[in-house]
Amino acid sequence: MLELHGIRKSMGGQEVLRGVNLRVGPAERVVVIGRSGCGKSVMLRVIMGLLQPEAGSVVFEGKKLTGLSEEEWNPYRRKIGMLFQGAALFDSLSVFANLAFPLREQGEKSEEVLRQKVAEALRIVSLSGTEEKMPAELSGGMKKRAALARAIISRPDIMLYDEPTTGLDPIVADSINRLILHLGKMFGMASIVVTHDMVSARMVGDRISYLHEGKIYFEGTPDQVDRCQDPLVRDFVRGHAEGIGITG
Amino acid sequence: MGRVLHLVGKVGTVFTDSCRTAGEVFLLLGDTLRSMVQYRLRWDQIFEQMYFIGIRSQVVVLTTGAFTGAVFAAQVWFQFKRFGMESAIGPTVSIAMCRELGPVLCCLLLAGRVGAAMAAELSSMKITEQVDALRALGVYPTEYLIVPRFLALVISAPILTGLALVTGIGCGYFVAVKIFGVDGAYYWDNTIKFTDSKDVVIALIKSFIFAIIISAIACHKGMNCPPGTAGVGKTTTEAVVNASLTLLIVNFFLTVLLNALLYSN
Repeated sequence: MLELHGIRKSMGGQEVLRGVNLRVGPAERVVVIGRSGCGKSVMLRVIMGLLQPEAGSVVFEGKKLTGLSEEEWNPYRRKIGMLFQGAALFDSLSVFANLAFPLREQGEKSEEVLRQKVAEALRIVSLSGTEEKMPAELSGGMKKRAALARAIISRPDIMLYDEPTTGLDPIVADSINRLILHLGKMFGMASIVVTHDMVSARMVGDRISYLHEGKIYFEGTPDQVDRCQDPLVRDFVRGHAEGIGITG
Repeated sequence: MGRVLHLVGKVGTVFTDSCRTAGEVFLLLGDTLRSMVQYRLRWDQIFEQMYFIGIRSQVVVLTTGAFTGAVFAAQVWFQFKRFGMESAIGPTVSIAMCRELGPVLCCLLLAGRVGAAMAAELSSMKITEQVDALRALGVYPTEYLIVPRFLALVISAPILTGLALVTGIGCGYFVAVKIFGVDGAYYWDNTIKFTDSKDVVIALIKSFIFAIIISAIACHKGMNCPPGTAGVGKTTTEAVVNASLTLLIVNFFLTVLLNALLYSN
């Protein structure tokens, strides 16, 4: 469904991605873990076409997307949903207008249809009745869920999640993880979840990829990652700082 | 020698940075014009922006126009009275208002009020990933964010300038005739006699071009905001300063050019 071949990308003069290869099958949930600043979010932005890689290619449903113009990208972006780290709801629009936005852009004019679809998307993320609220009136977890509802309202084939549980308390984080699982099963969506939250990674991932120094360093099922004896992977999974020379 | 080289290096960096920024602003302007043709216009957003830019700026623009005309009329009266030229106050005020004071002051205020708002709003959207979210939802940010702001300012600025001219000339009349006792009939007669329609055209052309400058610079700054909240403040300040300075510099060249074009015979 989605493949990355040898993606290279520099940010601020530093090469962040140094030949990333990744494959996501239909309805598969792949979690990409790695330390802060290792290029996980950059990778998602390259997949979404928000950043152009210096080398390598993104292939989606057999079509090479790399090098397409902004206009050529747009039809594919409607098949790829993205949940941003900060939710990225349009703060001048109500929750209803935020959710209706992608549908209106795709030409849906019937207010009745919009109202139905928005209500259904909000029900899925357990936010029914918040249509008239402004994003500033929502808590962090509610913003993430509203943004998730906006991302799935057009039923994309694949969802990209950028740190979906960062900054949330464990209960809200768990609800987001359950939602990711639920959406995958309900709509058969494939997912790429970028996180450094190992609880989330184990819970939602069919496969976990460890991104290190700009490349996929290790790949396996959650069990294989837990049993991995490689010091880099082991220290990350267990949250030990000894591997980077910091001891108490 | 080292200091001189350092200074030359600094000047060179500032020059090349300015050239690069100017190039980027022109590219953004080109992209905006292309988007206006390529995509459908979002009239609801254009009207919303026109309300903010046009209607909400009226008080500040009218007050500025009124007091500029009043002060200018008073100053001219103090000087012209010595030579017995009070009857020339009307045309002097009206020509100065049309050719320079009206468009320049009105657009400097718009650069401060509207340019700052544009830069702050766009940069806030940029740092909170809302611009990326737009692209992720298949919407071209130039078409959605910049075109409505650009068109709203380009339409509103000449109208606001026209209003500033009317209030400025009107207040000039009030000060000269009602306060300093200049003959009202002479005042109007000379004003109409010596103020050409070309003077009004100059005001409108200038404000139209200044509006393009303000929106292009403010939108460019907003869309290229560095990360962090400090970036929003810096971007907003730079947008206002750059737009105001560019406007004043371009005004000189426009004055020369428009006079050469309109008054060559």
